[in-house]
Amino acid sequence: MFAQLTTDPGESGFHAPKVGDFFPGPIVEGAPGWLTKYTILVAIAVVAILAFFLLAYRDPKLVPTKKQWFAESIYGFARNSISQGMIGPEGVRFAPYITTLFVFIAAMNFFAILPGVQTSPNSHIAYPLVLGLLSYFIFIAVGIKKHGAGRFFKNHLMPPAPWFMQPLLIPIEFISNFIARPLTLALRLFANMFAGHMILVVFTMGGFALLGAQNILLKPIGILSFLMAIALTFLEMLVVILQAYIFSVLSASYIGGALADEH
Amino acid sequence: MRYAYLAAEGKDVPIFPIWEELLIGAVAFGILLYVLGKYVYPKMEETFRARVDAIEGGIQRAEAAQAEAAATLEQYRTQLAEAQTEAARIRDEARADAEGIRRDVLAKAAEERDRILAAGTEQLAAERQTIVRELRAELGTLAVDLAGRIVGESLADEARQRGTVDRFLSDLETAGRR
Repeated sequence: MFAQLTTDPGESGFHAPKVGDFFPGPIVEGAPGWLTKYTILVAIAVVAILAFFLLAYRDPKLVPTKKQWFAESIYGFARNSISQGMIGPEGVRFAPYITTLFVFIAAMNFFAILPGVQTSPNSHIAYPLVLGLLSYFIFIAVGIKKHGAGRFFKNHLMPPAPWFMQPLLIPIEFISNFIARPLTLALRLFANMFAGHMILVVFTMGGFALLGAQNILLKPIGILSFLMAIALTFLEMLVVILQAYIFSVLSASYIGGALADEH
Repeated sequence: MRYAYLAAEGKDVPIFPIWEELLIGAVAFGILLYVLGKYVYPKMEETFRARVDAIEGGIQRAEAAQAEAAATLEQYRTQLAEAQTEAARIRDEARADAEGIRRDVLAKAAEERDRILAAGTEQLAAERQTIVRELRAELGTLAVDLAGRIVGESLADEARQRGTVDRFLSDLETAGRR
């Protein structure tokens, strides 16, 4: 089918999205190379989050207004369900971090379904990676502070097993707890947002290409392609929140594990 | 710049982070965490606490009010029961008093009646005795008188006889008037 489509040399021809599409040049000619669309989106996310929370919580009341209630719900959810749910009563201490993580990731992910933008800064590995590493360092710092380095590493490297199994288990635990954790956190989020954008582009561009195809029979498939793009946007809506949730839950879970007495 | 030219050659590797973006991400997250952590979350915690206080305080106040109301109700009930007992006691006393008074009055009335009856009977008996005594005395005198006269005078003298009788009668009348 693509072969047939690509035979059309016109402007409506199908261009499969490439990785290179994710790395546009600077927004303005001559600006530094890092000042891309993604940088702007991150800045917008930060400003929007701050504006929302500061405005909604400018004058808090016991009986909240709708905005105040919404802001409180977000914090309450991250505080009670995620932090306290994963860490326990001590989790309240980490609620600000977990909430900020959740809100920041969700806001950046949201660009993936925002019409006109439809790509998230999290489809650049750097943003998920920096957050994943942050969670990772907090996990280690909290564990060492609570148990001391020796006990913390022992807890996380030596599972309760016969001594002769330890040579096998220690490398496995080391890889799963100290190498894989930040990478999986970052890669899961990055891959979801990267693939989400790719899929939306494929179906949207494919729709245009099929509608513009010379073969009349392909036009209805173009409509189908648009419908798929819309349906997948709804799916992305779910992914946007879900990935932010998973990232926060796993971060809280790692911190909880570091604080726990036994492995 | 590096990536712009890599993109041009189609050599991008999406899992290699752009180091500037690592920095941007860290700074963006840091700003968020600082501002929200300083101006928003503490206020939210405060609001949550105030709300819990308000609700718990309200419940406590309601419980106190309820306890007070229950105590007052209990007090009223006790007082009411006391009042009822008191009223019953007073009623019983009054009834007993009334019974006593009635009995007293009846007894006094019966006594009075007996006394009056006895006095009347006594007086009647005395009067009768007096009358009998007087009659007896008079009758004797009269009989003596009459007999004397009958014996002393001639029965033939009708005129005198009539006069005797008349005198006797008038004497009787005189005696009766006396």
